[in-house]
Amino acid sequence: MRHALRLLIVLALVAPLGAQQVTFERILHGDREPQNWLSYSGTLMNQRFSPLTQITAANVKNLQQQWVWQAKSLEKFEATPLVVDGVMYTVQAPNDVVALDAVSGRVFWTYAYTPAPEGRPCCGRVNRGVAILGDTLYMGTIDAHLIAIDARSGKPIWNTVVAKASDRYSITSSPTIVKDKVIIGTGGGDGPIRGYISAFDAKTGKEVWRFNTIPGPGEPGHDTWSGDSWKTGGVGVWNAGAYDPEANLVYFGTGNPAPDWDGRNRLGDNLYSDSVLALDADTGTLKWHYQFTPHDELDYDSTQVPLLADIQWQGRARKVMLWANRNGVMYALDRVTGEFLKGKPFVKTNWLDGFDAKGRPHQVKFPTPEGTLVRPHVHGGINWAPVSFSPRTGLFYVASWENSGIVAVTGQFPRTASANTQQTAMGQTNLVPFYNDDTEPFGAVRAYDPKTLDPVWEFKMSDITWGGTLATAGDVVFSGGREGYFLALDARTGALLWKASVGGQVNAGAMSYAVNGKQYVAIAAGNALFAYALP
Amino acid sequence: MKFTRRLAAALLAAGLTFFAPRTAAAQHETAADLLDGERAFKNTCANCHGPDGDVIAGIDLGRGRFRRPMTDEDLVRIIRTGIPNTPMPASQMTVEQAQQIVAYLRNRATALRASVAAGDPLRGKGLFDTRTCASCHRIGGIGSRVGPDLTDVGSRRSAIEIEQALVNPGADVAPGNRTYRVVLKDGTTVSGRLLGHDTFSVQLLDTREQLRSFAKADLRELGFVATPMPSYRATMTAQEIADVVSYLSSLRGQ
Repeated sequence: MRHALRLLIVLALVAPLGAQQVTFERILHGDREPQNWLSYSGTLMNQRFSPLTQITAANVKNLQQQWVWQAKSLEKFEATPLVVDGVMYTVQAPNDVVALDAVSGRVFWTYAYTPAPEGRPCCGRVNRGVAILGDTLYMGTIDAHLIAIDARSGKPIWNTVVAKASDRYSITSSPTIVKDKVIIGTGGGDGPIRGYISAFDAKTGKEVWRFNTIPGPGEPGHDTWSGDSWKTGGVGVWNAGAYDPEANLVYFGTGNPAPDWDGRNRLGDNLYSDSVLALDADTGTLKWHYQFTPHDELDYDSTQVPLLADIQWQGRARKVMLWANRNGVMYALDRVTGEFLKGKPFVKTNWLDGFDAKGRPHQVKFPTPEGTLVRPHVHGGINWAPVSFSPRTGLFYVASWENSGIVAVTGQFPRTASANTQQTAMGQTNLVPFYNDDTEPFGAVRAYDPKTLDPVWEFKMSDITWGGTLATAGDVVFSGGREGYFLALDARTGALLWKASVGGQVNAGAMSYAVNGKQYVAIAAGNALFAYALP
Repeated sequence: MKFTRRLAAALLAAGLTFFAPRTAAAQHETAADLLDGERAFKNTCANCHGPDGDVIAGIDLGRGRFRRPMTDEDLVRIIRTGIPNTPMPASQMTVEQAQQIVAYLRNRATALRASVAAGDPLRGKGLFDTRTCASCHRIGGIGSRVGPDLTDVGSRRSAIEIEQALVNPGADVAPGNRTYRVVLKDGTTVSGRLLGHDTFSVQLLDTREQLRSFAKADLRELGFVATPMPSYRATMTAQEIADVVSYLSSLRGQ
């Protein structure tokens, strides 16, 4: 008896607490536990909406900084942290995973990974965050590995090579968890890769299915690439996906065809570049696709995070996908069938003059030897930054970017010129005075009515923005930009309610969580992570 | 002949004790310090000393062997100011950075790579399983995280170090594996592996395998406690210990 009791005590001490495992059910219904942030955008619908209500439009002006965590990295800080029951997980670029106390910002452990030196993609050795399932974290690396890490101890569990970094593949996105699989795409599509999306068994790291973003010989769409261009046509996938459990479809946006600005050797639509793909989550089979920019020669990656919403559309409930695209156009699609519902520019856009009945754009601007003025320019109406949607206001929040430039065919990289000599750098720069002429480029946080895709309000900034948006049930929208401010805006009017000078570019989306009944908002800026709460 | 052997043994012993006893500063090393030290070592020192610290003749940083006895303070000074008239240059490192490198090297110091009794790894695995080692230790994702993960212990620790850990586990506990206990003001006691601490807070992986952070202001008591790892000196035979050592030495990660 005494022995049995002792055994029971020992078992109680050593048994992992099953209740605290992050099951897929918990991830799928992340909104039921608003204190946690269990996937890149909060839930797999990617609404980046926090149901927490402690911080409101009325009291947000009282926010105070709670802590700062300084990354030992000079790369852009693009990661959105996860929070699971008071523990925060983020990535110190390129690929160190850090577990922090979400209340104090103090470090529990660091998993240090040194990527192979050939993992050097075009636009920085960045990472957008980890995923979690059970008590295992998953990270894609800049040298195109997928690594499973124990969330309690920070010890690696498995390390799978997704693609060869020496072939110019890389991974920068946060993995997407669906059921027992970890799904991730390969970046590097500005180089001569052939991109793919793969699903891996979460327990073993073995590949379960793979979908090539460029169809091979004999597959539908292969004939949209002239000659052998399909072998090196790019079409990377470098952002997280979305998942609809009823349709059992996982959605990913795809990148530009390569070479970026010169389509002369890749004649055709170049499927499935600049598209959204709807794949069967169990098999990777393509169910439908929509190509935003056929035969792209303007580097209009469509790797924005798909946002799923259930809204009233022309008098009836409809399961839609909302998409603010780098090409400057905002879309509403039926996410079950892929039907094109509506498309409308959300920034000044001149490369198309309309759509046909099926939603194919009529393209009117192309690179020429003498140069063509295009809107938006390479940076896009939005680049990759996460968007948000509030079921309370019914509005779609986009940190947008007005810009234009001249694109001339000169080979691999475009010769660009602008009336405005202030170039908008792709990389991390220090905060510098911004000398634009107040017409463009500039960034603006904007709210759109998804039923009409019309703007409802705008908060205009002097400088451009790489920041995302976060909407909360307190009717606050958080955003930021390259000027180094973290902003709180009224979700219904866009009025500035509060700001903090964070001293470095905001290159990520904010998130919100709670511990012991206290709501926090966290944002990465410069090379640090900041957390705010009410006093 | 006999004399030469004795001299060799004496030299070996001297070489192996060149690291002075741990200083009080070591009490404050955390896993993060060791990681910083490792990075600094690999980025700077390894350029000449090699990744294992044994490239330069007569010096084996990984085993604490130098051309003459060195205290931690000597090492910190040399890292910062260099050695005149030798290729060892001065550096820009702060005292803290140099201390982190020393802490890393000390932690890594595979002190005596002497021979231990030959063991049978299969029998050792059997003993590991029946002695419920996995109630504290983890190998390849199986077992508890309360004690050190042993998945790759064979590539991190020499056989003699593993043997020491079995027979005299409290003698030299790595900074990242020390056990800490806090008592909250309501009397709740939590103990676990110390992950970090500072003036105001303490971070633990507790015995329920949860990551916990405490404000020191909320604590009634706090401090290091003895390792919960029992000594197997009296409860295992020398052969059994050799078998377990042999098994653990074979664990080189996945």
